[in-house]
Amino acid sequence: MELFINQILAGISTGAIYACMALAVVMIYQAIDHLNFAQGEMAMFSTFISWQLMQWGMPYWAAFFITIALSFAGGIAIERVMFKPLAKAPILTNVAGFIALYSIINSSAGLIWDFTIKQYPTPFGSAPFLGSQLISTHQAGMIGVTILLLIGLYAFFRYTRVGLAMRAAASLPESARLVGINTSWMIALGWGMAAAIGSIAGMMIAPVVFLEPNMMLGVLIYGFAAAVLGGLTSPFGAVIGGFLVGIFENLAGTYIPGIGNELKLPIALALIISVLVVKPAGLFGRPIVKRV
Amino acid sequence: MTTLLNVKDLRAYYGQVQALHGLTFSLNEGSLTTLLGANGAGKTTTLRAICNMVRSTGAIEFDGQPLGSRSTENIVRLGIAHVPQGRGTFTAMTVEENLQLGAITRTDKAGIVADIERMYAYFPVLKQRYSQQAGTLSGGEQQMLAVARALMLRPRLMLLDEPSFGLAPLVVRDLFKILGKINREEKVSILVVEQNAQLALELADHAYVIETGRIVMSGSAKEIASNEDVRKSYLGY
Repeated sequence: MELFINQILAGISTGAIYACMALAVVMIYQAIDHLNFAQGEMAMFSTFISWQLMQWGMPYWAAFFITIALSFAGGIAIERVMFKPLAKAPILTNVAGFIALYSIINSSAGLIWDFTIKQYPTPFGSAPFLGSQLISTHQAGMIGVTILLLIGLYAFFRYTRVGLAMRAAASLPESARLVGINTSWMIALGWGMAAAIGSIAGMMIAPVVFLEPNMMLGVLIYGFAAAVLGGLTSPFGAVIGGFLVGIFENLAGTYIPGIGNELKLPIALALIISVLVVKPAGLFGRPIVKRV
Repeated sequence: MTTLLNVKDLRAYYGQVQALHGLTFSLNEGSLTTLLGANGAGKTTTLRAICNMVRSTGAIEFDGQPLGSRSTENIVRLGIAHVPQGRGTFTAMTVEENLQLGAITRTDKAGIVADIERMYAYFPVLKQRYSQQAGTLSGGEQQMLAVARALMLRPRLMLLDEPSFGLAPLVVRDLFKILGKINREEKVSILVVEQNAQLALELADHAYVIETGRIVMSGSAKEIASNEDVRKSYLGY
């Protein structure tokens, strides 16, 4: 029983990271109708930036918040330079753009910081949380940071005018322009926020998976699985999907014989395919219906 | 009377297809002008061209200022509110959020709150439904919401695309009555495109008739209504 609870809690803590990645993916998907394959690499690069800042002697939390700000600006810059010109391009052009972005970021990180695995600090420590063997303080910290982030995002979209304008631009761009919203900048803002959310996910998961240019590959696939499971049209669904995928991954790895650590990733892929076959809109998404 | 909107030699294109062939018309400050025409005559395209939502050439001046190649959102910010065909309601949001979106470019918080109350006075049904998802409203209620959303901009000119479309005759009467009241009391100039020519001519002071992308007739609403050809083609008696 203790093992079971332990696995559930561990699942929730990694699920929190998947939830962040899924949320970042969904934010960009809502704005431009494309999946950002480079979301994980953006998060990885942000994590390296924070590591570099700490190497230069900056305390953890200062590096943490400066990295979030830099990632926000970087996300906007990527949209302005690369994806704004592709706004009306066909879907394959955009996919090629995302793959290009993926390899550019991945290689640049390798070039600057090389491919050796680095230790990444945790601000929470790794002692048992509140003296319990069930969960470590870092895992508890991951859950806590994610919950704070989610509450902040909810308040932003629900109660601020910019949040309202962003929701309007994502749901009906033409109507949004007709009330005077600059939809193009709303998309850029969405990119900035997605990059910032991704950077938080990267910095939280880095102590677990260690810092190296390919660290986010698996995490992003789980993030995609979470987004698809919850529904690509629903930020709320993406978050729930993230936690479910995290729990599912841990339970399957522990209890289904023969899966172990090596076969955990294919489980995420199998999950994506099963959801797409059985319920393409996801648990909370609404199917896109067009009147013809 | 001063001219608020001046359109000269407007030509609009959908891809290779030309939809407007040199439209010239104007609208006076405070006027309620209607554009009449059959299906496909170019009424909707004219409104969309004013807001730069379709590729066009020609000169459009608003309050003496050329609109040139301004983007849709910047044209709206000048004080031109456009209620599009199909109403453009943000269906997943509440009625009140829709009204707030109408005022999203404004910064006077107190004014916005007061204006929302004013809209509820014009359209009491919106007040009853303020927290409801806009998509659950009936067609007539959604049209009222669209007009209210447009007014939240405090526009000088309101463009209305077929406000009567799909509504019951009684609802249309009510809506048009309110439009007349808004025009008189709030000093909002209105350009309304309508297929329901009879009702539009009762309401308007000035009218233009479009056929295949050209203005073929213009005059006061009374003159147009009494014209033999218009009566036969558009009023049906």
